Amino acid sequence: MFWQQDLETIDRKRLEEVQTGRLQDTVQRIWDNVPFYRDRINSAGTKPEDIKSVSDIKKLPFTSREDLLKNYPFGLVAVPRESIVRVHTSSGTTGKPKAIFFTKNDIDRGAELISRCLVMTGMRKNDVLQNMMTYGLFTGALVMHYGAEKVGVLVVPSGPGNTDRQIALMQDFKTTAIHITPSYALYLSNVFIRKGIDPRKDLNLKRAYLGAEPYSEETRKKIEEFFGIDVFNSYGLSEMNGPGVAFECQEKNGMHLWEDNFLLEIIDPATGEQVSDGERGEMVLTSLCREGMPIIRYRTRDLASVMPGKCPCGRTHRRITRITGRTDDMFIVKGVNIFPQQIENVLMGIKGVAQNYLIVLESLDHMTVQVEIEKELFDGNVTHLVNLQNAITEKLKNEILVKPKVELHEPGSLPASEGKAQRVIDNRTL
Amino acid sequence: MKLKQISVFLENKKGHLLEVLNVLSKAKINIRALSIADTSDFGILRLILPDPDKAAKILSQNKITVKETEVIAVGVSDKPGGLAEALQALNSANLNLEYMYAFVAKSKEKAVVVFRTENINAGIKALKKAGIPMLKAEEIYRI
Repeated sequence: MFWQQDLETIDRKRLEEVQTGRLQDTVQRIWDNVPFYRDRINSAGTKPEDIKSVSDIKKLPFTSREDLLKNYPFGLVAVPRESIVRVHTSSGTTGKPKAIFFTKNDIDRGAELISRCLVMTGMRKNDVLQNMMTYGLFTGALVMHYGAEKVGVLVVPSGPGNTDRQIALMQDFKTTAIHITPSYALYLSNVFIRKGIDPRKDLNLKRAYLGAEPYSEETRKKIEEFFGIDVFNSYGLSEMNGPGVAFECQEKNGMHLWEDNFLLEIIDPATGEQVSDGERGEMVLTSLCREGMPIIRYRTRDLASVMPGKCPCGRTHRRITRITGRTDDMFIVKGVNIFPQQIENVLMGIKGVAQNYLIVLESLDHMTVQVEIEKELFDGNVTHLVNLQNAITEKLKNEILVKPKVELHEPGSLPASEGKAQRVIDNRTL
Repeated sequence: MKLKQISVFLENKKGHLLEVLNVLSKAKINIRALSIADTSDFGILRLILPDPDKAAKILSQNKITVKETEVIAVGVSDKPGGLAEALQALNSANLNLEYMYAFVAKSKEKAVVVFRTENINAGIKALKKAGIPMLKAEEIYRI
């Protein structure tokens, strides 16, 4: 079932015409209203009339995270102040936030995209969505909330945390779907085990929407199995509305990126050149409909690739793979580039390893991977644990080419997260 | 013959052993015997206590990782060669010993040795055949 069938299954040629018109309109609006962009585009030797097709996007300059920080708070706003009805901020790791402004239409459009996503996964009016993302300055919860209400779903705006109450709400309101970070979903599963609740029998859950943090296919399987549900991958970023930029359909094989709203490029992060479908690179997004704060060629720092080929679901919007890392998540040990995702992939594939782990960077040459072991695995025999420790070390070394020190920890002993999980602790003084 | 031993996973952090002992102390559980097996990164604390099920439950409730394992308790005569006799019996039966530890029973003339063999039942059979006296769980718990 579709929310906007004509738009979701739009002919690729027609889509390109729509994109071209919207791109031209966006460039004209920022040229006219945002001095920062006018200067930037001008220095790139481009004028709005040079944009004749989507491939002319290459004539436009990139926008970086630093550009957003530099222009904080109002520098990139393209409409009169009185047209702005909402601001969201996104905390950068650097401390200073990025501010994103929405007009009424921007909010409606964001909600519309979420409606497409939810209906695509099978959500209907009689469903109950417990929204466990943070309400407030973060886009995650509110954008989802508005979209779910548009579909007619009953929304339980629980926010994250307070796990006992979450469970009570799920039971009392017969929650059928949850919107949650992967790390909190894993944390919840541990609480269920401890309390002796079997979500397959004791709850009405059918699906979960996981986003805001990268996670592996193995983690998805673990969560699906434990809760007895379908887990759908969700991708979004505050700079482009928040959730609902790309979402999985029921095929659960790649996320459809709504290309009538966002122009997608995948580039080689080193050269800035576009790469072909199927090749991994950094996602670069241009908002095509945004009024309040249009952003062109935004360097998301998220690494993914476009999946070639048509999706059996009938939607023509191209699919992206799950985010396989962030250009800025990457760390270097012994001169080797390592992404935390690689480590997670290995760990989640090993029997006896629980969900929580922590990567601690000690020096340029040494890293420690702290791993929680599953309770069942512990049988009082030292040899078995040492064997597990060696197996983890060996498998990690094969994947990342650096031999980490592996520490085994008790289940539930590593810092658990009720929000975004911090997986890498950098203790290096460089 | 068989008795239950509790194993506790101790990750290498300050005060961890003390924490475990405090939990037991608060629950007024007396320890009959203990041994620690360790590597540079973690250790396993093995305990013999009067009511292993209860102790395991209380430790679990305190979020301590425990496992109950079956072991064999042998009463070894307190004289040279006493232990060798028992080990010989296992060796002749071609049984591997995973680990063992000993403690001296206060009121008895014997040392108590706890054995964990790969196959517990085969271990008991071999010891019985060699005439090595084994202690009943109740006897150990009562010591």
